[in-house]
Amino acid sequence: MSEPTAIAQTNTNTEKTLFGFWVYIMTDCVLFASLFATFAVLRTSTFGGPTGVQIFHLPYILVETIALLTSSFTCGLALLSARQNDKRTSLLWFGITFALGALFLGMELSEFHKLALDGNGWQRSGFLSSYFTLVGTHGLHITIGLLWMGVLMVQAVRKDLSDGLLKRLTLFSMFWHFLDVVWIFIFTVVYLMGAL
Amino acid sequence: MNHFAGFLGRLSWQYLPHGAIMWGGALSFVFGGLAVVALVTYLKRWKWLWKEWLTSLDAKKIGVMYLIISLIMLLRGLGDAALMRAQQATSVGDSHGILDPAHFQQIFSAHGSIMIFFVGMGFMFALINLVVPLQIGSRDVAFPFLNSISFWLFAAGMVLINLSLVFGEFSAAGWLAYPPLSEAAFSPGVGVDYWIWALQIAGIGSLLSGINFFVTIMKMRTKGMNLMKMPMFSWSVLGAMSLVIVAFPILTVTLTLLALDRAFGMHFFTAGGGGNAMMYVNLIWAWGHPEVYIVILPAFSIFSEVVATFSRKRLFGYTSMVWAIWAIVFLSFTVWLHHFFTMGAGADVNAFFGIMTMIIAVPTGVKMFNWIFTMYRGRIRFTTPMLWFMGFVVMFTIGGVAGVLLAVPPIDFQMHNSLFLVAHFHTMIVTGVLFGYFAGATYWLPKIFGFKLNERLGKYAFWCWLVGFVLAFVPLYILGLMGATRRMDHYDASLGWQPLFIVAGVGVLFVLAGVGFQLLQVVYSIWKRKENTAGGDPWDARTLEWATPSPVPFYNYAVLPEITDRDDFWLHKHDKPAKPHYEDIELPKNTGMGVIVAGFAFLFGFGFVWHLWWLVLLGAAGAVVTLIIRSTDEETEYVLTAEEVRKLDAKQERYA
Repeated sequence: MSEPTAIAQTNTNTEKTLFGFWVYIMTDCVLFASLFATFAVLRTSTFGGPTGVQIFHLPYILVETIALLTSSFTCGLALLSARQNDKRTSLLWFGITFALGALFLGMELSEFHKLALDGNGWQRSGFLSSYFTLVGTHGLHITIGLLWMGVLMVQAVRKDLSDGLLKRLTLFSMFWHFLDVVWIFIFTVVYLMGAL
Repeated sequence: MNHFAGFLGRLSWQYLPHGAIMWGGALSFVFGGLAVVALVTYLKRWKWLWKEWLTSLDAKKIGVMYLIISLIMLLRGLGDAALMRAQQATSVGDSHGILDPAHFQQIFSAHGSIMIFFVGMGFMFALINLVVPLQIGSRDVAFPFLNSISFWLFAAGMVLINLSLVFGEFSAAGWLAYPPLSEAAFSPGVGVDYWIWALQIAGIGSLLSGINFFVTIMKMRTKGMNLMKMPMFSWSVLGAMSLVIVAFPILTVTLTLLALDRAFGMHFFTAGGGGNAMMYVNLIWAWGHPEVYIVILPAFSIFSEVVATFSRKRLFGYTSMVWAIWAIVFLSFTVWLHHFFTMGAGADVNAFFGIMTMIIAVPTGVKMFNWIFTMYRGRIRFTTPMLWFMGFVVMFTIGGVAGVLLAVPPIDFQMHNSLFLVAHFHTMIVTGVLFGYFAGATYWLPKIFGFKLNERLGKYAFWCWLVGFVLAFVPLYILGLMGATRRMDHYDASLGWQPLFIVAGVGVLFVLAGVGFQLLQVVYSIWKRKENTAGGDPWDARTLEWATPSPVPFYNYAVLPEITDRDDFWLHKHDKPAKPHYEDIELPKNTGMGVIVAGFAFLFGFGFVWHLWWLVLLGAAGAVVTLIIRSTDEETEYVLTAEEVRKLDAKQERYA
């Protein structure tokens, strides 16, 4: 295959994949929308258990939120460096992104753990079931994101930043930013509206 | 002991089948599987099967595999239907028929789930895989590996739902498993869990296919084919896939929430604990109503292709057809509440959804008239696909009118949950969806395999189906009006319903004869394939897929076509072909990763059904690791050089 055609082929492939990934993100959007709707229906179904005001500690959640939002910013920086073929800087930023993501996940799990210890687990009420499921689904996405980021970082360490890898890094950053957007909604709808 | 119990979860001997009919189901599944294994071993075809078919990323082969599974599932679903008809024809007064109530409930639940998920959806994805890339002038789908995963997830779901015949039981909570009945408190067995995970795994496959074909149609059309020059089938697939993208995530969530309730004691839909069962009914129908349009839109447009070809006319009202599809896509999200008018939404809400439901009949009516006007003054050929179409036009109109009747809330209060409703939606789904896919299979299989199906046997099959359908369902309309409810395993002799139920039972015998003729048709046509060769364009058709040789080579088009008109192939089929200018073609390499990922998904589902938590973890981890390994493979494609393409193309039989 002659050189220009090969490049054109790669570009259309990348474009197709990015478009497909956008469509996937839209399906994930609908998935979260359904969970938000469920939460909206059940948020007052506390069945004698605690309400949001009694269990949410906004300062703690704010730290969590800042960690995740910052990780989205550093993820953007990492991708910029990768596009400039600066592998070292890119890996550094991805490392920071990973650490912040892990911090977020750790804080979330610790919050879940504390709730369960206090007898406010998901079996307590419809409200808590929907709370754990909505926030937990986001947390599961973050877990998958961390795993994915780890794999991509190992690939980046071991090989050059090929077109294929760059494409996957772009997809990952779309995913990570999307999770940020979802979290902003969770922060608003679940925590702010629940605790204020 | 406890340790061991944890390892085995809920598995125990008491879950093996009991009773002759249950053993019959279990043994037919086991021996059916064993017979296939034995046959392949005897013919020494394992390697061939694995290399040429199971690992193939060729959309046409994936389509054929979808088709085979759907046909087998059609037989299973029909078997369930025949058992139900037999039960209702005999279980009157002192007689209690052939099935006990618990088994009868499992059978109607399985019938609905299998017919929608593994026959309707399977048949649809079969034809989409076979036809869409060809029709839009593409060599492949957007993401071939994803396509393989989708298919194998569908297959894994199919195995899981049938495994309930052997280990345990199936759901007895109806095809949509309304809580609180489907909650652990009232359905403590594994049946509902089989239902959840079979549908969940197959449903995720469908969601991925939705994304795949949406991108394929948006991004991979050949030169010159703008959207308004696209064949009607591809248009409706675009509409249906848009619906999949928006509706299927709702199903994923709904099933997950029910599973969380059942396995981990959550309170989404439970009767106590602050759960809300109505929320389930809303969620499942927010998916469920679009779902019926997902399966029927492609069937509609198969009829559009068929009626234009066999009337030898341009499709009447192409633009209005496109708008009708998109009106249906949009409106299908605004009618879900008509499935539960009686569940207390109030007069205003019911009125809104009733009116929206009547409105959705308008675009459907537009399509009806367009098909009829296409036939008007056409030179009609009464081939088998055309017969399916004409059966559809008559029956679907009757069923549609029954549907508009049910859309009036006060009438629905009288008819809901009756056999009138059952007759209505079977008219839509059997004569709409199923007849459509039968027409599509008869129409397009010659393109894929290179020989036509026997017309005479096809016509016998059609008439048996049509007569059988009328005999089986017209009595149900009448019985419904007389007050017979659905899902009824016994009734009193004084009601006088038995004669009508017997007529319906005779109807199902005609349908079975129709399927018999179809099976015979397939076998006979394969046997006589040399006498029935299709050539590139066996029906004198209009759309682009017929520009390829039959059977279609694995690369679809040696040279990608360029089109200028909606019926470009029809206009230029007698022109002298230009000298082809061959180029290198990139094609995906086969891979078994799709099979492996779906295998792990199956273990995940099976583990969840039986509470084998180690298996759940193993399934999840296995699928993730497999995908990671796949992502490190940079060499997933190979190149067919221009010279090889030229040689292969020279060997193809070209159409005249």
